[in-house]
Amino acid sequence: MHPWLSAFTAAGSAPIDGYVYPNEQNLLWSVLIVVYPYVTGLVAGAFIMASLVRVFKVHALAPAYRLALLTALAFLICAPLPLLLHLGHPERCLEVMMTPHFTSPMAMFGFVYAWYIMAVLLLELWFDYRRDFVVWSRTVPGWRGRLYRLLTVGVDDISPRAVHLDEKIGDAITIIGIPSAFLLHGYVGFIFGSVKANPWWGNVLMPIIFIFSAIVSGIALCVVLYYFLTWVRRQRVDDACVDEMGKFLFYALLLDACVEGLDWLHRLYSAEESIHVLKQLAAGKLFYSLLLGQVLLGTTLPLLMLGSTQVLRPIVPMWLRRRFYLLSALGIVSGVLAMRWNVVIGGQLFSKSLRGFTTYKMELHGQEGWLVAGLLMVLPYILLFVLIKLFLRPEHKALEPQPHPPAAVPATPHA
Amino acid sequence: MSRHLSRRSLLGLLGGAAGWLMARPTAQAAKAAVKNVLVRTGAPKDYDPFKHKWLMCFDIDRCIGCGLCVDACKNENHVPNAPTYFRTWIERYIIRKPKPGSGEARGEVIVDSPNGGRDGFPPSLVPREEILKAFFVPKLCNLCEHSPCVQVCPVGATFDTPDGAVLVDPNYCIGCGFCIQACPYGCRFLNPVTHTAEKCTLCYHRISRGLKPACVEVCPTQARIFGDLKNPVENDPIQEFIRKNKVQTLKPHLGTDPRVAYANMDKEVR
Repeated sequence: MHPWLSAFTAAGSAPIDGYVYPNEQNLLWSVLIVVYPYVTGLVAGAFIMASLVRVFKVHALAPAYRLALLTALAFLICAPLPLLLHLGHPERCLEVMMTPHFTSPMAMFGFVYAWYIMAVLLLELWFDYRRDFVVWSRTVPGWRGRLYRLLTVGVDDISPRAVHLDEKIGDAITIIGIPSAFLLHGYVGFIFGSVKANPWWGNVLMPIIFIFSAIVSGIALCVVLYYFLTWVRRQRVDDACVDEMGKFLFYALLLDACVEGLDWLHRLYSAEESIHVLKQLAAGKLFYSLLLGQVLLGTTLPLLMLGSTQVLRPIVPMWLRRRFYLLSALGIVSGVLAMRWNVVIGGQLFSKSLRGFTTYKMELHGQEGWLVAGLLMVLPYILLFVLIKLFLRPEHKALEPQPHPPAAVPATPHA
Repeated sequence: MSRHLSRRSLLGLLGGAAGWLMARPTAQAAKAAVKNVLVRTGAPKDYDPFKHKWLMCFDIDRCIGCGLCVDACKNENHVPNAPTYFRTWIERYIIRKPKPGSGEARGEVIVDSPNGGRDGFPPSLVPREEILKAFFVPKLCNLCEHSPCVQVCPVGATFDTPDGAVLVDPNYCIGCGFCIQACPYGCRFLNPVTHTAEKCTLCYHRISRGLKPACVEVCPTQARIFGDLKNPVENDPIQEFIRKNKVQTLKPHLGTDPRVAYANMDKEVR
């Protein structure tokens, strides 16, 4: 059986290949730590996508704007759960905020998280929805009406001047939000990139790779969710919107692939002490998840499909483009998950003695097993379902194709 | 660009520096006093960590791989019995002769540490005549000057003591495992019972009472050399060891400045 496949088998003592320091034989950071950067990456990416509409005035993306923000919120709420469940002492988690040790990047988690959710995402959503909350609190009966009224927090001024002020404040928050999104995920990359003991992690490009992969995965998730929601609601897909999402997805993925390629080029060329063990890792233990999952499924195929929609647009009809966008997005969402796996698990599969490999044996149940990890991956979608039911209802028409200013719709093929 | 330093500013600078120098020991003492009250280190109340600087060094040529040190450590510190938890362990290096005509200086390197060397080592699978050389290397916390484990702890549960040990407060550790990932030497583990990070403390509960660490106490060949740099005795073993040997540290390129030194170490040791 291939070593990677053995990860699916029941837990037991890890088979060792070569020499591994005794304390390293069992992996410490489990699949939950794979889920954590994946989820925060989706948050950062979805927010960046929303900011394209608000700050960069890409009006074609407007139908997916609120969906992107709600996606970011649903995933952000769930983001700390895998970390919390992984701690040896979850009941001491508040120590990170009460007595932070400032030389530790992990000590920043509480502050970065609190800043992002309180000062950026919730505020932006509130200013964006404030006018609607007031209108809905007057028109919607029952508990939903009461909820909307509660969410207005007593501010019911929807005069053009007040709404204009909301817009201005929303724009300002988004401008602050973009570097904050970079901070949120760049810092996760820094946690790994700053570990000089581990040559697979300790890398100055790591925060940048994390940021780009986050943007790519977030936009891809928005594409998938947009398709899914329009399909469920029997609505028409806004071609201009998906064309635009496909364009940004392509360029973001291109940048991401370049940075990750540069990382490998640098590793291979500088050929430091660890290069032999890393090459064996990539070709052996991580063959399926790195070369097939991350490189082929998550990068090469989407790049080809998205590239064709950009370069060969006149001969790629809309119906094919729509399929290409969806397939690419699905590939990217899976490929970025594989990338997180490769970073987190891959970095612990080889010994810091650089002389051998261990095996990750994940159990089905238990605190760090497949079931909990799966649940944590599904939970944001359940939360998103509730948020959509409350704030993105069919009658709100948010997903419908909208009239675009002429400048925002690319009339000519992209070179 | 010339910069005029007036008498007044010079006096101010000197005064500030003198104040800082005077305040520093007081601040350190205050910090130590607070730690004494709040942090359980296993040391007796009258123990003053500022009066000692402990160090352990290894003479690789003396180690016979008997495993008594590993066993003593496990027993003394209640280290979990499983073969994946060690505060100290022994590695065996077997370097084969190069293949004739290969042009190599040495052949394949085989490293093992069955049960951390606790039960000694089984006979080598490489026939004696094919072995170029073989040796044992004891490992433990490298007592880094710039400990990455201390740097990354998000709550400050692991800390450098003034006397040179690196300790973990199990009552404060949240069990995130970042320190374990950050240690380049694989010297830390997450205790499966307490769910907190654990490592060699130099037997802090012993050395703070004038005893030697358990592993040093039982070593039959004096491969482990232990002493107090601030209180050298006559013919101090640590001072003698550093004077007589050319010593190296593990992974010096990482900039952790390990204080634990090895004599007679081969380049294959990592």
